[in-house]
Amino acid sequence: MKLAMWTYEGPPHVGAMRIATAMKGVHYVLHAPQGDTYADLLFTMIERRDHRPPVTYTTFQARDLGADTAQLLQDACRDAVERFQPDALLVGASCTAELIQDDPGGLAEGMNLSIPVVPLELPSYQRKENFGADETLFQMVKRLAKPCPRDEQISCNLLGPTALGFRHRDDVAELTKLLGEMGIKINAVMPLNARLQDVERLGAAHFNVLMYPETAESAARYLERAFDQPFTKNIPIGVGATEDFLAEISTLTGLPVTVDRSRLRLPWWSRSVDSTYLTGKRVFIFGDATHACAMARIARDELGFQVVGLGCYNREGARKLRQLAEEFGVKGLVTDDHLEVEEAIVELVPELILGTQMERHIAKRLGTACAVVSAPVHVQDFPARFAPQMGFEGANVIFDTVIHPLVMGLEEHLLTMFREDFEFHDAAGPSHHGAKASKPIDNLMPMDEANVPNLGDGAPVWHQDAEQELKKIPFFVRGKARRNTEEYARERGVVEISRETLYDAKAHYAR
Amino acid sequence: MTAAPTKILKERGQHEVFCGLTSILWLHRKMPDAFFLIVGSRTCAHLMQSAAGVMIFAEPRFATAILEEGDLAGMDDMHEELDRVVAQLLSRRPDIKRLFLVGSCPSEVIKLDLEKAASRLHGIYDHVAICNFSGSGIETTFTQGEDQCLATLVSQLREGDEPNLVILGALPDVVEGQMKLLLSQMGVSNVHVLPTTNHDDDIWVGPNTSFMLTQPFLTDAWQMMTRRGATYIEAGFPFGAEGSYRWLRALVDAWGLELELFEQAVAKPYARAKDALARIRPELEGKSIFFMPDSQLEVPLARFLHEELGMRPMEVGMPYVTPGIHATDMDALPEYCLISEGQDVDLQLARVRKHRPDITVCGLGLANPLEAEGLTTKWAIELVFTPVHFFEQAADLAGLFARPLRRSGLLNMDAAE
Repeated sequence: MKLAMWTYEGPPHVGAMRIATAMKGVHYVLHAPQGDTYADLLFTMIERRDHRPPVTYTTFQARDLGADTAQLLQDACRDAVERFQPDALLVGASCTAELIQDDPGGLAEGMNLSIPVVPLELPSYQRKENFGADETLFQMVKRLAKPCPRDEQISCNLLGPTALGFRHRDDVAELTKLLGEMGIKINAVMPLNARLQDVERLGAAHFNVLMYPETAESAARYLERAFDQPFTKNIPIGVGATEDFLAEISTLTGLPVTVDRSRLRLPWWSRSVDSTYLTGKRVFIFGDATHACAMARIARDELGFQVVGLGCYNREGARKLRQLAEEFGVKGLVTDDHLEVEEAIVELVPELILGTQMERHIAKRLGTACAVVSAPVHVQDFPARFAPQMGFEGANVIFDTVIHPLVMGLEEHLLTMFREDFEFHDAAGPSHHGAKASKPIDNLMPMDEANVPNLGDGAPVWHQDAEQELKKIPFFVRGKARRNTEEYARERGVVEISRETLYDAKAHYAR
Repeated sequence: MTAAPTKILKERGQHEVFCGLTSILWLHRKMPDAFFLIVGSRTCAHLMQSAAGVMIFAEPRFATAILEEGDLAGMDDMHEELDRVVAQLLSRRPDIKRLFLVGSCPSEVIKLDLEKAASRLHGIYDHVAICNFSGSGIETTFTQGEDQCLATLVSQLREGDEPNLVILGALPDVVEGQMKLLLSQMGVSNVHVLPTTNHDDDIWVGPNTSFMLTQPFLTDAWQMMTRRGATYIEAGFPFGAEGSYRWLRALVDAWGLELELFEQAVAKPYARAKDALARIRPELEGKSIFFMPDSQLEVPLARFLHEELGMRPMEVGMPYVTPGIHATDMDALPEYCLISEGQDVDLQLARVRKHRPDITVCGLGLANPLEAEGLTTKWAIELVFTPVHFFEQAADLAGLFARPLRRSGLLNMDAAE
């Protein structure tokens, strides 16, 4: 039994819904009680889909349990096929139905329906949403893909984009463009907007682009075995990673990298002098392993940040993430408990958090700048505009996304110079966020409390004058100043921090 | 006065409603000293998070004890695990005075006895009141979670002979304040509201207790009050000017209160509400409306919209109908209105498409798909999360229905000539 307030991932059948909802002409019959229908709103509200997810829930009730819930499932399958006329049927159980052991997949297969049935066994009490998506995609591909001759023109499949995915729609468009510039045709995108015939023809491609290992790694590995299709290992998020990806494709296909780099702006935006203030900013990164790892490289190598913390919530990606964290000289945090993530953030006192919607809420509570770079995300992270994460445009988008929450470079200086200014003060927030501006407040901001690392017994004591001086430091670096000073004091066995200690520490850590 | 609808269409098929756990979203705000621990699956936790979304992200006073593979092996271990989770929770939140163990679909199916767990745990933590109720989707829909919670609270009230008035139903604080003020101006004392904000409030029930409901979904709590000897004062629900007036008037009649004092107390708010509604009426009058079953508020709201604003209810769906509670409002609906109980969502959507009502009240899963078909919708959940009861909220309630219509009228994305 595990105590959870908020979760990063839903149950595995929601992962299956993400596959079914992404596709066209596929219907999912889910043996589940009425409450499970909430999952529809993930797609209609958060992603603003204009159609109901193609899911029929059997919605059995307590009174059905003594009777024939199996019949209920078979009726639901028959009705769904008749009413929606899908090309293929997915059949599975949610957590409650798993307990009553009706074997929905087997029941549906025994019905001799006129269309292919893909039974799903998703262990609800062991696994989570990403597993559910990955397993569903794997089962569909395994059951439905047929051997077929290779395309004449070099072609590939894009694997992994689902419904409710973080920027999946736009990543597909960006990669289609990049690959097109190299003369590579997209044979099929799977599962986003795919139909049964696209699944059947997956084997015609020369190779696969594994966009998101979270949702498509099993399918990619199966296709490698079954159809001798290699798949890409680089995830093209960030400038360097996109170049690696293109080089990998070139090796796979023998085609030269002929892409238009003129639309790539991140490198110059990052080199331009006004970006100097980004240097060494302490950043904490958390998300799914794929996005977290990609962001870490961007943060360090392409923006000049200091990565002080790196973590992911999906244990499937733990090894990759821990390896990278070690390379970055930080400890990889693998947990699906948001309270643990919050603890890590409080302790590390980053100036910027790059995370999921969970970290956005943590950041809000702590008063720290934050940008969302990974699922799970909420409605505001499904923008109307084109906003990929992958490829060159993705890099441009990420630059904007990551910079936006920060106080601008020159503004930082104004905040430092004019501490009591009526417009430039801590509580006003960055001046380009109009709605946040407020009147200055006299007392210490509450986040100061939150920013105090818990050093336990023997922590140095702050003198009044040092405390006063600390308040004159802008809020976005105050936590760091406090932390550095205390660390400096402890290392030297100083038990009382005076104004002098503060400035000694400042000089010590000067960069 | 038109004749009332005579028959109820009962349907059985796919239901598209939340389960009772969702009630925790407002119950935990209403009871600041209480914590709700759902004993369930990852799905339960995900539902709470998705339904609540960004609404409340302060450390919530609800959580899920997620059952894992190992827990399903044996019942003894499961109780041990639950004790461990409760210990973890209470050490993290020493401020908690009441703990509700909330049953879910999986815990009901495996027959985990939460009543037994609650009494065992209360033996360990005597400073915390620990009780249980079910919010499971195989037994309850959406607002029935509050019903189950209140039924449990009612069963635990102390016996008492002194006359009192118990009002059942969670209301936003501002509305509860307005209601209490009106009642005191009418000369009513010994008024208790359940759920209480404060666990220590002394509330009793007995042969001299009268009770009223402010929410139409409290069937089990209503039965429990009756079983405990209290007398129900029947009334339609206090929505709009007339609904609020009649609800209070029912109390005056039942208790033989001074009529003049009552008229004095309600005169101004009643007039204000009528004025405000008259201004909104042109936007809604004659418009047709279709309610998908959701919160049990459907019949009382349809009554308000039909009687006080002249709307035409085509179909009013309810997850379930309790005649003893809903009859008064239902009798005020027009004969042409179809009352449906239960749901087969696809058949019902076919009726929506046939009628093409001016406005369809439905759950979040259906709203955007219907909008995409050119139908105007109102999310039902907003009616539960917004202050809508009594005189001062009459116009706000009407506004919730007028706004989507106004919006579809405002948007114009065609090229200028």
